[in-house]
Amino acid sequence: MRALAWQAGAVALVLALLVVLVVQTAANLRLRGLASGFGFLGRATGFEISASPLAYSPRDSYARALAVGLLNTVRVALLAIVLATALGLVLGIARLSRVRIVATLARAYVEVVRNTPLLLQLLFWYSLSQALPGPRDALRPLPGVFLCIRGLHLPGLAWHGGTRWLVAAAGALAIVVGLLRGISRRQRDRAGRALPTARLAAGAAAVLLVGAIAAGHPAVTLDRPALMRFGFEGGMSLTPEFAALLIGLSTNTAAFIGEIVRGGILAVDRGQTEAAAALGMSRARVLRLVVLPQALRVALPPTTTQYLNLTKNSSLAVAIGYPDLMSIADTTLNQTGQAVEVIALVMTVYLALSLVIALLMSAAEP
Amino acid sequence: MSGCSGVGVPGASATAAGARTPTGGAAASTLDGVRRKGYVHCGVSTGVAGFSATDARGNWRGLDVDVCRAIAAAVLGDASKVRYTPLTAAQRFTALQSGEIDVLSRNTTITFQRDVQLGIEFPAANWYDGTGFIVHKALGVKAVEELDGATICLIPGTTNQLDVTDYFRKHHLAFTPVVIERLDEATSAFFAGRCDAFAQDRSNLASVRARAPIPDAEVILPQVISKAPYGPGVMPNDVRWMEIVRWSVFAMIDAEELGLSSRTIDRALASDDPNLQRFLGTTGGFGAMLGVDSGWAYRIVKQVGSYGESFDRNLRPLGLDRGVNRLWSDGGILYAPDLR
Amino acid sequence: MRSRRDRAGAAATAVVAACLGYLGFRFLQWGVVHAHWALPPGAASSLCRASRGQGACWAVVHERFRFILLGAYPYEQQWRPALACLLFVALYAASAVRACWRPWLLGLWIGVPAVAVLLLRGGWLGLAAVPSDAWGGLPLTFLLSTVGFAAAIPPAVGLALGRRSRMPAIRVLSIAYIELLRGVPLITFLFMAALMFPLFVPQGLAVANVLRAQVAFVMVIAAYLAEVVRAGLQAVPAGQYEAAASMGLRYWPATLLVVLPQALRIMIPALVNTFIAFFKDTSLVAVIGLFDLLGAAKAVIVDPQWVGFGVEVYLFVAAVYFAFCYAVSRYTHHLETALAAGGRR
Repeated sequence: MRALAWQAGAVALVLALLVVLVVQTAANLRLRGLASGFGFLGRATGFEISASPLAYSPRDSYARALAVGLLNTVRVALLAIVLATALGLVLGIARLSRVRIVATLARAYVEVVRNTPLLLQLLFWYSLSQALPGPRDALRPLPGVFLCIRGLHLPGLAWHGGTRWLVAAAGALAIVVGLLRGISRRQRDRAGRALPTARLAAGAAAVLLVGAIAAGHPAVTLDRPALMRFGFEGGMSLTPEFAALLIGLSTNTAAFIGEIVRGGILAVDRGQTEAAAALGMSRARVLRLVVLPQALRVALPPTTTQYLNLTKNSSLAVAIGYPDLMSIADTTLNQTGQAVEVIALVMTVYLALSLVIALLMSAAEP
Repeated sequence: MSGCSGVGVPGASATAAGARTPTGGAAASTLDGVRRKGYVHCGVSTGVAGFSATDARGNWRGLDVDVCRAIAAAVLGDASKVRYTPLTAAQRFTALQSGEIDVLSRNTTITFQRDVQLGIEFPAANWYDGTGFIVHKALGVKAVEELDGATICLIPGTTNQLDVTDYFRKHHLAFTPVVIERLDEATSAFFAGRCDAFAQDRSNLASVRARAPIPDAEVILPQVISKAPYGPGVMPNDVRWMEIVRWSVFAMIDAEELGLSSRTIDRALASDDPNLQRFLGTTGGFGAMLGVDSGWAYRIVKQVGSYGESFDRNLRPLGLDRGVNRLWSDGGILYAPDLR
Repeated sequence: MRSRRDRAGAAATAVVAACLGYLGFRFLQWGVVHAHWALPPGAASSLCRASRGQGACWAVVHERFRFILLGAYPYEQQWRPALACLLFVALYAASAVRACWRPWLLGLWIGVPAVAVLLLRGGWLGLAAVPSDAWGGLPLTFLLSTVGFAAAIPPAVGLALGRRSRMPAIRVLSIAYIELLRGVPLITFLFMAALMFPLFVPQGLAVANVLRAQVAFVMVIAAYLAEVVRAGLQAVPAGQYEAAASMGLRYWPATLLVVLPQALRIMIPALVNTFIAFFKDTSLVAVIGLFDLLGAAKAVIVDPQWVGFGVEVYLFVAAVYFAFCYAVSRYTHHLETALAAGGRR
């Protein structure tokens, strides 16, 4: 009975708070003659977006502009997750290296990154890019590659035709790899020796690629960046905003993942390593086949948290001008004046993103 | 009702204020709120030289700042009773709509959408401007049409952003936008070479150029691709407040036309010119109609100055010409209705 | 076998040391040998600009370090924010001494921020009043994180207890709050506080920007802390509840007197980690235009005189953050081992 009263009280209190808030906000909106509702989403934006994975022009709607922002967020987050995981794995192993200087270096990196704010790191990377020379005095780290204040310009490959054959080859490769793994596992169980899967897969990939090119006759042209009146044109390019965000997010998260990996490795029973070594396995093989699979099992849940953090942190793009969801929402909010709707929309989208990542990762858990 | 008439100018008391609430008593009026707080809360820019920027001692100065000061002089009797909140372009309308500030005086272009769709009222225009470009001289660009393919720095949510987009589309030109929210950051990105050109209101380009590490390395293109009337903004729910803002601006323009200035106005108190007498509040009782006291316009000129004085103090030192912002009687388009 | 491994190790050491030595040499060349430490009186930043790429321009830090550390606070009054900083540092130092872990320490966590606010605000005993718009630099960073943390503890305990409650309605409400605030980027709440706050409150109620950001921080920190407290509560053996119940203690006395004190001891390292995390995250207020340590640094390098010297300024600010956070994190590490040893005994 008492429990019921408590709960009723709490619910009533929260409801009352919400009602007061909604009534107050509605009254304020009415009093100031402000529009409400999501009708603005269909109107044309009139502004240009610097990087867009979708076809977009200023004639398109706010809804489309926000979708562009969301795709930009997803793009940078996915790439950063991949890079951070790879770098984090290396860092975690390096932290436990027997070579003293490697372990110390990895530790110094982790400490510096973990004890300074992420926003500061992003601004640092961005200001580093702003200290680069102009397009005319661009650095040439490699032939055909240009690095300047406008970004990194690389030669790109332009494909004309033959795409269908390439897709087919990729599909075939996936099947071959799947079969190889199955056979290899059975071989290992039966004969105690695994197949050299990686080498076989690489061979298959080469054969399939050559086959696809021979069948499809794609015209491949090398598209080199060229210096025009206003900087470089052609080839592939990375804007400094995107590069700073990508580098900042991945180097930051890598430090956290590195610590998780290290903890995971330490959690693997020493007896396992010793037993594997007694079987005559090399250190690298022990690490790859015995320690890491067990360590990753321990490391997966906290790594999920890091992926979630990374995705949320990508919203700091707004500070360096990369057109992610938050930046586009900021511009939208300012042009339409509908702060409540825009912020609510952004919150819902980030919550949904978090949920998707959490679900994907829990599906990946063994 | 405290702190209204600060200066000892004769006239009706300000008790008439709020007696006639134009909104039909929907809420506490802005005027009452301002009197209760004891200051006018004014939204300004984060630093646009000549319009609203802080000087070396941290005081706000500029043509737009003088509008805030004129309102404070009219309503509170003291031009210094203003609280300034610097706002980015993105923050400005929300700050006004949410009631955080009483008036937005921040080189804001009057447009249809802002008026009708955002529901902001622009009681008067106090500056006529347009979008122009500053370009690195080394590029050898002489006209906007030559900027095809260029990278252009823009501030999100400004009319400049929309003007450039429209102009380039109309002339089938391409450009890459680099969007940076704060003016000072966008300016420094332009200087650093992140962009080929920077689109800004024409009046601001001179001060952008003056702040360049090497001013001679930057050049302002002669073309102006849009028209941009600036004006202070208020919310539409308080007609009386709108009128106070409108007539504070008009009073400064009228003062110049009447030949009044902060130095000469005390001499004019003895004048028997009916126009001057109405302006100074010795006859007509216009202050009471506005909900303030009769010395309101006198104090604006005495403490802030006429429009011409404000221009000379704030914009002339930047090397800016008055251009169309001259009085109509001098061949410009500045034209304020009379106090009549 | 052994010796081959050692040789490989030695080779790796040599390679890495050589790379490090080269990079270190280049950094020394840039940061020390060719650097400008201060500008001669009357000289402009063009001196630095001439040697860009070769030498660092620490002169920008030298010229503007007071602004970076203390913000736009009136120059002749700057002893006040400086004193506030000292008070905060003293508070953290006292909290690190285990002999000080007494109830009065909690009082100190309320008292010091209060005194700091009074000091910054002024308007008493002849101290000139300074509006909060002018507060900035390190004192603002300390203030936002300390007040945010201290004020978030009571709601966090409530939320943690709510999440463990046997009453479904209370559990659902607590979970909803915690997950909502943790699932959304902190910056959306800061935007909300900066842009929308006045829409939620009655008209005419003006709330300073600093206070709004502070409220947003308290709300978010409470959600994160709630999870720390929950973990602490979970670590207390169920026997403790049962023992308290068998002594005749009801829910609240049992929780407050028996369980929470034990949980608190367990969760101290996690609490400190949360504190560091949010100490760093207060830097996000730079995005909504407040001049905290990072915001002030950003403001310095948009000054046309110092355009392009962001690297130097950010390195300086990073050093300040690092000194503080590293010290605290080393302390937590030490504490973890000490507490674990204490628990084993």
